[in-house]
Amino acid sequence: MSQITLADRPPGVEGSGFFATTLDKAVGLARANSLWPLPFATSCCGIEFMATMGSTYDLARFGAERPSFSPRQADMLLVMGTIAKKMAPVLKQVYIQMAEPRWVIAVGACASSGGIFDTYSVLQGIDEIIPVDVYVPGCPPRPEAILDGVMRLQDIVKSESLNRRNTPEYKELLEKYGIATDNG
Amino acid sequence: MDKRDNQSLLAELTDRFGTGISRHEEPYGLLTIHTSKELILDVLAFLKESAGFTYLTDITAVHYPDGDNTFAIVYHVHNLLENVRVRIKASIPVSDPKIPSATTLWAGANWMERETYDFFGVQFEGHPDLRRILNMDDLDVFPMRREYPLEDPNRVDKRDFYFGR
Repeated sequence: MSQITLADRPPGVEGSGFFATTLDKAVGLARANSLWPLPFATSCCGIEFMATMGSTYDLARFGAERPSFSPRQADMLLVMGTIAKKMAPVLKQVYIQMAEPRWVIAVGACASSGGIFDTYSVLQGIDEIIPVDVYVPGCPPRPEAILDGVMRLQDIVKSESLNRRNTPEYKELLEKYGIATDNG
Repeated sequence: MDKRDNQSLLAELTDRFGTGISRHEEPYGLLTIHTSKELILDVLAFLKESAGFTYLTDITAVHYPDGDNTFAIVYHVHNLLENVRVRIKASIPVSDPKIPSATTLWAGANWMERETYDFFGVQFEGHPDLRRILNMDDLDVFPMRREYPLEDPNRVDKRDFYFGR
């Protein structure tokens, strides 16, 4: 007996020979199962992510087969490791260069809060400069925790509206970070 | 080649500089001599050209906030042929942290002095490009000076209570 579990289909109208659902749900399903990661790995959490990409934990199962090192073809930014204040403008530029829709996971204590590096040269959490969707706790988190973070993000992506970038809340959020929203 | 011992080297230095070598000590067998900022380049040049200490290992500083409030600028040089190391210290006041640059003797002093400027604010006179090297350019303090509390006492987000301790 196979161990494969099938994902539930989204709620919709079913009849003989057809199934109708909203475009939001269908697009959300597609986006959630093809999150292309952009690993921004600066420290040990990056090594854990390498293990996550490897064959044992196999992030590719989630449609994240291709880690993109170009911001333009990625929609899931994973920040893994200590971000020094000197690195902050670089990270912000990478985020700005990503096309909508885009999501951010802060992996590990450093990216989430500065971690043990409570000091003048370290950014105390990347949410000071870019919006974050999912925080993965741990120092460093095990690959299972990173997978869990990705699955949480999938839940967010599935239930998101088709056109988030035009919602006033999202515009307000990005303006709070001083990021222009009229780029697309 | 006989290995140069600290006593003979110290004798050479005191012959050459007299009271310019204000004091010395030998912690763990490492000869440490104290001199002034006026003589520092002469002492380094003598060590490099006459005594064979051709390799500059490090330049850094130590802040002594008590008493006179001085910086000790610390130079480590290494004689590669005889495998001997010497440490040279020069004291300068924090209120006027100026000392001649060693870039005239070693090109490698460039980044070491930039780092010392970055963390202590020591002005190396004659340095070709004295700007920060490790910290971000818009940092307006010199973090290794002992004039800041180690942690902001008003922070509440990392209290033990939140971590179940």
